[in-house]
Amino acid sequence: MNKMAVAVVLILLAVGSVVFHFLSPWWWTPIASNWQYIDHTLIITFWITGAVFTAIVLFMAYCILRFRHREGRSANYGPENRKLEAWLTVGTALGVAAMLAPGLIVWHSFVTVPPDATAIEIVGRQWQWSYRLPGQDGRLGTTDIRQISPDNPLGLNPEDPAGQDDVVIEAEDLHLPIGRPVKVLLRSIDVLHDFYVPEFRAKMDMIPGTVTYFWFTPTRTGTFEVLCAELCGVGHSAMRGRVVVQEEGEYHAWLQEQHTFARQLAQVR
Amino acid sequence: MSVTSGPAEAIPAAEVEDVELYHPRSWLTKYVFCQDAKVIGVQYALTAIAIGLVALVLSWLMRLQLGFPGTFSFISPEAYLQFITMHGMIMVIYLLTALFLGGFGNYLIPLMLGARDMVFPYVNMLSYWVYLLAVLVLVASFFVPGGPTGAGWTLYPPQAILSGTPGGQDWGIILMLASLILFIIGFTMGGLNYVVTVLQARTRGMTLMRMPLTVWGIFTATVMALLAFPALFVSAVMLLLDRLLGTSFFMPALAEMGQQLQYDGGSPILFQHLFWFFGHPEVYIVALPAFGIVSDLISTHARRNIFGYRMMVWAIVAIGALSFVVWAHHMYVSGMHPWFGFFFATTTLIIAIPTAIKVYNWLLTLWRGDIHLTVPMLFALAFIVTFVNGGLTGLFLGNVVVDVPLSDTMFVVAHFHMVMGVAPIFVIFGGIYHWYPKITGRMLNEAMGRIHFWVSFLGAYMIFFPMHYLGLLGVPRRYFEIGEMAFVPPSAATLNAFISIVALIVGAAQILFLFNLAWSLRHGRPAGGNPWRATTLEWQTPQTPPGHGNWGRELPVVYRWAYDYNVPGADQDFIPQNQPSPGRASPEAAA
Repeated sequence: MNKMAVAVVLILLAVGSVVFHFLSPWWWTPIASNWQYIDHTLIITFWITGAVFTAIVLFMAYCILRFRHREGRSANYGPENRKLEAWLTVGTALGVAAMLAPGLIVWHSFVTVPPDATAIEIVGRQWQWSYRLPGQDGRLGTTDIRQISPDNPLGLNPEDPAGQDDVVIEAEDLHLPIGRPVKVLLRSIDVLHDFYVPEFRAKMDMIPGTVTYFWFTPTRTGTFEVLCAELCGVGHSAMRGRVVVQEEGEYHAWLQEQHTFARQLAQVR
Repeated sequence: MSVTSGPAEAIPAAEVEDVELYHPRSWLTKYVFCQDAKVIGVQYALTAIAIGLVALVLSWLMRLQLGFPGTFSFISPEAYLQFITMHGMIMVIYLLTALFLGGFGNYLIPLMLGARDMVFPYVNMLSYWVYLLAVLVLVASFFVPGGPTGAGWTLYPPQAILSGTPGGQDWGIILMLASLILFIIGFTMGGLNYVVTVLQARTRGMTLMRMPLTVWGIFTATVMALLAFPALFVSAVMLLLDRLLGTSFFMPALAEMGQQLQYDGGSPILFQHLFWFFGHPEVYIVALPAFGIVSDLISTHARRNIFGYRMMVWAIVAIGALSFVVWAHHMYVSGMHPWFGFFFATTTLIIAIPTAIKVYNWLLTLWRGDIHLTVPMLFALAFIVTFVNGGLTGLFLGNVVVDVPLSDTMFVVAHFHMVMGVAPIFVIFGGIYHWYPKITGRMLNEAMGRIHFWVSFLGAYMIFFPMHYLGLLGVPRRYFEIGEMAFVPPSAATLNAFISIVALIVGAAQILFLFNLAWSLRHGRPAGGNPWRATTLEWQTPQTPPGHGNWGRELPVVYRWAYDYNVPGADQDFIPQNQPSPGRASPEAAA
């Protein structure tokens, strides 16, 4: 009785896991970037690993039903079976390759920034997000931690001509135009942070002392929540922000209303 | 040459002098400052279980917060981060590593190899006392101003030593690093002992390829730990210098809350490389002893030889070697050079192959076996289920681009708990139910064992399987509260409450287990010398529990591998390793 129970529970566990997977109300957010390839790779991985898991647990259940101890039973003595071991190794290698190959291809495009991508900067600090957009010249000016002051919280270099027309956005939402690739330059001025929008799929840590990056193309208009995904102290879970993806025209209307760094500096002086 | 058995006549009769052992002269040197590896093993195990209870309570507290946010006013964001940090650190280092290597390693290595003790008993004793000191320093951090560190168990700088993190500018991080340094010193003393004992003190006939897989797993893990822990040691020393003396090993120029700090030129990502150069092998330092022990449990309780022994040994060695070239898969979104991703994804997925071979061989050991569903066997089966589940989700996280959306979410939390939390702990339970009769001479209570098993197995699966889907949704880890997030449906809060309730129940079942350990010490059924009818040497000792020196006057001589179960033509369904011919019982077995 008890012995049957073990096998039955294993079968229920395998079947239940599959049923849970398909009925789960918790599933990824609708994608809003060009990284649907990541979703595809994830689905391939789900199919392969799901099949293996189910097969292994069901095989265990079969073994328990078929080979459980009964009076007078004895086990088969057979230390090795080279042929079977070789086949299993080759089969596993093929399954691994079927997941790794698409993964590496998608990773290649993930790390290859298209030349026409617009560079923008996202700055993390405890515990808020700030943004910087290149102005008319399309270039971001240089920065230095030692320039940071209450009037210049992101540490822009006031002498750099390229930085004069940069647009600094503090304590407000980031706006992005739809359909245009963006190279996100990530900078931190205190500890590690990680700019994370679940709908974009992409994320990357920001490290003080270094500029990191990732790229994506927004493919859906709307307002998306920004989270911090790298532990950054007690305010970690409260470090929120928003990204607004807009049609080109609306985006430019918003951009017109923003102040340049030069103008901000002039106001202070 | 076959590994299964060698010609008996090739081995001369035992001619072993009584080796120079330290003989205890008082109660204090017998049970406290003891140099006998068996006592040291038990000391390690009890200390690890005691500090593990602290980690269990911490997990309850963090689950209370996640399941019922806002209900418990004593859980502040600071306290929550301290709970997760100390829970993680205790479980990985002070419980799992210490229990597998210090506990099982000390007890089993000399007995399974037919040795009288570890080769350096005095250093072995020191190893335990330094470990205890490390634990006490860790515990002390709960009572200092500011409390323990809340930097996350990965202790990433800069935040680990800054004021925005609990304990960062107080005593917490200092005691944490000091405790790690002590732990590594203590471990190194023990670890050298295990390695030298395996290489030098095996009894006659015990070739390397006749060692039980338990010893192979512990041995390989120890070698790995001796190579990996130094990376943690230097990173702990350097981080301590950054914190105390203001050096800049890991600290770049930065401004904290608008204030310029004096640091400059250090690299936070260097710490991550050092940490994971230790941290990834650490996963296998825990996993390999579990692989070894579970192999022996399955073989013994399925009354069948382990399938593919040589492949199992090579898989252990291959996994151990490969685990040193996969570390940066913890850092795919760390901002390291993106081209590293290609290399580390490839190595990481390759390690799946020897790991899968081990799983197949466990299954093929069950297949055509004579499966006795004893409590150790039940835990071994539960290990396979949870380990396969957690190993397969590792293929998501190891495949660099799939890791990008999942990293730092609850998917990761679910994955590593399944694969290196739940699965190895099931092996620990299985191992304790299996060897308790040898350690104490009495069986653990079976009914309590079965309740403990079912609650732990089904409960742990119900906690961690659905948790993956919260991560898939995008719920980040290490969050004090999710709060309002448009993409998180209200049902996620229901799931979190469910997980928390199950976690409380599973935790309570562990108290039943501890009660069983104490209760059976006096009331358990007397076990006899070899209750599982097992082949390995520890079951063939002249006394149970084994006496000082383990073997009486003469060391056992080994004639065969450890897996002669149901050998055709033999007169019983197992042949001990020290029995010369299949039909005749050896003097040791008869005694």
